[in-house]
Amino acid sequence: MITSLLFYAFSLILVLSALGVITSRNPVHSALFLVLAFVQSAMLWLLLEAEFLAVVLVLVYVGAVMVLFLFVVMMLDINVEELRTGFTRYVPIGAAVAFVVVLEIGHVIWFRSQDVLAVATPEPYPAGYSNTQALGSVLYTEHVYAFELAAMILLLAIVAAITLTMRRRPGLKVQNIARQVAVRREDRVRLVKVDPVTDSGTSSNQSRIASNESRAESVDSQTASNASVSVSKESVTDSKDPGTGD
Amino acid sequence: MTVTISHYLILAAVLFSMSVAGIFINRKNVILLLMCIELMLLAVNFNFIAFSRMLGDEMGQVFVFFILTVAAAEAAIGLAILVVLFRTRQSINVEELDTLRG
Repeated sequence: MITSLLFYAFSLILVLSALGVITSRNPVHSALFLVLAFVQSAMLWLLLEAEFLAVVLVLVYVGAVMVLFLFVVMMLDINVEELRTGFTRYVPIGAAVAFVVVLEIGHVIWFRSQDVLAVATPEPYPAGYSNTQALGSVLYTEHVYAFELAAMILLLAIVAAITLTMRRRPGLKVQNIARQVAVRREDRVRLVKVDPVTDSGTSSNQSRIASNESRAESVDSQTASNASVSVSKESVTDSKDPGTGD
Repeated sequence: MTVTISHYLILAAVLFSMSVAGIFINRKNVILLLMCIELMLLAVNFNFIAFSRMLGDEMGQVFVFFILTVAAAEAAIGLAILVVLFRTRQSINVEELDTLRG
């Protein structure tokens, strides 16, 4: 009794939230309605004693996929009103197609297989039954190749999504760590030979150095010929990067 | 009134047909089309789990597990394509996407 009551409550919220997904004006609201629909589906799967898949649905869909949807919806600057033109024009055909589909499936379920399905009220599993254990014992033995293939598909999705969305904007200042590490002493430090200071300096620069040096008592040629170190102002960040292919 | 498998199947049918209607009426917005496809996959998963429960066989739930995996990958790649599309065209209107040229 309580199970059927829960079933009808969850189903009602599920159908209403699905209606909200397809009719709401804002895509963010649609995504949030879809989150609600997934949560209600997880509840219904719990009623069907598919506990592992219910938890996976909440974790993967609500936790990851819908967050991705929300990110993309909020990141893109979409003109919603322009996309909704012709919304009411296509409501009748959409409703008609939906009605036809539900009529067909309902016909198949109710009238063609009444004797098979209507009596099929599932008996509850015994108390010690673990859905996760049952699923795992099948998944890791019989379907282990398909499991590995699913892992490969996920890896493919990672690589594809990253390579599709990664771009190098021109003019963006980024740190090129490889070039920083590969830098040598000769690239940054330049030894400048400064002429020895004499009292009769010819150029103005030399005379200024000489006047500075003359305050010190012993000016000999050895101190003046010390190489002064000048660090070239080569920028660490390089604005042009090699991969501006797009 | 007890809940039979037929109730779940009818619910899945309603969910599926609502997402079909959603594809019809939101046929300009690619994001909403992707959401409707997710909703369709959910309805299909409902059928799988209901029949798995009815037959007492875990095979249907294993199938749902793989459908969830593939649907997550599909959503990730679809949204990545959507982001690239919006960068190049500044629009996600389906009616404007009528060239193969990037």
